[in-house]
Amino acid sequence: MEMRLNGEQSTKYKAQSTNVSTNFQLKHLLGIRELSVDQITHLLDTADTFRDVSKREIKKVPALRGRTVINLFFEPSTRTRTSFEIAAKRLSADAVNISVSTSSVSKGETLLDTARNLEAMAPDCIVIRHSSAGAPLHLSRVCNAAIVNAGDGSHEHPTQALLDALTIREHKGRIEGLKVAIIGDVLHSRVARSNIYLLSKLGATVSVGGPGTLVPEEFAGLIEAGVRVERRIEDAIEGADVVMILRIQRERQADAFFPSMREYAVHFGLHAQHLDLAAPEAIVMHPGPMNRGIEVSSEIADGGRSLILDQVTNGVAVRMAVLYLLAGVAGKTETEPVKNGKDGSKEKKQRSRK
Amino acid sequence: MRLLIKNGYVVDPAQSVNTGKSVYVEDGRVVGLLSHSDETPEGAEVIDATGMIVAPGFIDMHVHLREPGHEYKETIASGAAAAVAGGFTTVCAMPNTSPVNDNAAVTRFIIEQAERAALANVFPIGAITRNSEGNELAEMGEMKDAGIVAVSDDGRPVPSAGMMRRAMEYARGFDLPVIDHCEDKSLARGGVMHEGHWSLVLGMRGMPAAAEEVDALRNCQLAQLTGARTHLAHLSTRGAVEAVRRAKENGVPVTCEVAPHHWTLTDEAVQTYDTNTKMSPPLRSRDDIDAIIEALKDGTIDVIASDHAPHHADEKALEYDQAPFGIVGLETSVGLALDRLVNQDVISLERLVELYATNPAKILGWQDRGTLKAGAFADITVIDPQYSWHFDVRQSRSKSRNTPFDGYSLQGGVMATIVNGRVVFLNPDFAQPHQIKYREAAAN
Repeated sequence: MEMRLNGEQSTKYKAQSTNVSTNFQLKHLLGIRELSVDQITHLLDTADTFRDVSKREIKKVPALRGRTVINLFFEPSTRTRTSFEIAAKRLSADAVNISVSTSSVSKGETLLDTARNLEAMAPDCIVIRHSSAGAPLHLSRVCNAAIVNAGDGSHEHPTQALLDALTIREHKGRIEGLKVAIIGDVLHSRVARSNIYLLSKLGATVSVGGPGTLVPEEFAGLIEAGVRVERRIEDAIEGADVVMILRIQRERQADAFFPSMREYAVHFGLHAQHLDLAAPEAIVMHPGPMNRGIEVSSEIADGGRSLILDQVTNGVAVRMAVLYLLAGVAGKTETEPVKNGKDGSKEKKQRSRK
Repeated sequence: MRLLIKNGYVVDPAQSVNTGKSVYVEDGRVVGLLSHSDETPEGAEVIDATGMIVAPGFIDMHVHLREPGHEYKETIASGAAAAVAGGFTTVCAMPNTSPVNDNAAVTRFIIEQAERAALANVFPIGAITRNSEGNELAEMGEMKDAGIVAVSDDGRPVPSAGMMRRAMEYARGFDLPVIDHCEDKSLARGGVMHEGHWSLVLGMRGMPAAAEEVDALRNCQLAQLTGARTHLAHLSTRGAVEAVRRAKENGVPVTCEVAPHHWTLTDEAVQTYDTNTKMSPPLRSRDDIDAIIEALKDGTIDVIASDHAPHHADEKALEYDQAPFGIVGLETSVGLALDRLVNQDVISLERLVELYATNPAKILGWQDRGTLKAGAFADITVIDPQYSWHFDVRQSRSKSRNTPFDGYSLQGGVMATIVNGRVVFLNPDFAQPHQIKYREAAAN
């Protein structure tokens, strides 16, 4: 018996999962899993060009002038929300932040109603973070605006994976052939999932390490290429070119995922001597916010191998690229994507001459 | 009133009939089976069932009709209309209404509403414990007198083995089967789908198969201890089916059912985050489906029941993890079984009738339903295994539209449903030479 979905639904799904035409017409960024290598590379290359904008004295290009970006955050977030806001503003878009501290349900308005109301104000892009996996996909079904997933439950966090990849590429010059170890609460981590998809698509091999409660064996089969699942973080780190640490949440202790933060720090926290097991020149990353002394020692976090702040810097560039490609001219028409941010200023000059 | 369902092919495993016969009905009871060559009794209305399968009325022993309390999802009348359109002459209504059917007053209300609707036979199932909270036994004796046919705490399975033991011992004294939704909540808590590859990919908390299996094994042991007739609802995993198989081999009085979605869809269907793939127990793995198919073939599974669980479109339009569990199923159950089981040669037509009529009647202790023996209630389902149709949920009689099967093309469908000798559903494609008088459901 063949598993199938009804016709209408399967086309709906198809439209959303492979929402791309030949020259990077990505309508929404919902996850990394359904992206092609070409799309990922194009996003990273575009982000590379935007990195310069943040280094200028005038940190602004007019690429998204007249466009509206709504940051719709149903979960508390400082870093990601600020990063998206700065990215939008550096592209001259009008950025609006909506933080919904309580869940939509307790507020009495459903996510879809919120989305329909926002849609009625004709935004070009809605960046959404939500505690429910699939919420961005849900939104994309009722909105014409481009939807960018800024983290949905334990599902995906595509811009984080892109900024991590950009950071790795910047420091290692490549991703193909690298060994990446992801340490910690992989089970609940959208960052881990998006990174596993992205890095393996670009030719890296991935190992994951942590307690059996948080790193289930089933992760081995998450992707076709396979993921190495290790119980001891030492085994996961061995020979790694990149060590990614995940944040551990205190609430997991209450759910009996581990006995105490103390024990977690001893057995699964990253300490300086662990790096001796990694490849020479190995780099350390963390998506933040850090629990110093728990999943990562300050010695490492502040040490020379840590790229934690580079990640944050690259976050702006990646989000500029995403907004530019989805909400900008490139996202609306069939024109060739602009190769770098300077084109924007050219446009400005032309206009001032008139 | 006389009715002759003429020239059909009668499949009635209860009396080992599997042959061309006409069914003659008088005043709501089966008079007997006539030969095709026999003359039509005087004054009888005739349904020409040439080329059709005529079976004892199908029984769906696991539905949620939502009344009293959640009439915006379904009423007893709309649920009964969906039942007869799906070929069911009889349904058993689970007690998780508001208030819970844990006392005779609610039981009587459900029966009265069903009589008012006058479509399908509706038999209420009472709660095992008060308010289905698992703390004190509900008044099973009083409810039995009022008309319940079994007890169950369905979606809120009795958590304590000690309480379940008492419930079984007590229910046994009233000859009430105890139906349990097997789910160890301490394992399944917070889960919204099957735990496995897809729950990892989709980033949603899973309910491990073990949550169902631990409870299924517990119930089998308790059935052995107490001797109570125990029926395990909507099994969905290999291990749970295996537990029942072993218990049956040991002579334990255990029976079980499966729902159509558990042998048609896997957890892969959840990848669209379509909340119509969310139910409890959840869609499982391919291996679990294989085990269920095997158990449907070898007789380990006694019954197919839909677990018809209507929810309003607004509720199902929530985020996946916040939407309620459950899908409607009354109108797709038989079509899916004919298309996917009978027409794929997984099971015979005879076995199909056992699963839908003979066995549910046996489990519920009915001698005069689930068969077309002389004297039985004239509950009859006419099906055509070759009938090609599309399920269009917009045409559904149910008040709710939460189904993953909208738009499915199926081979095999229900042509007519007769309850107590009255035609209550006639498929428009089932052309009759004469006008048949029948009562169609009022629009809801």
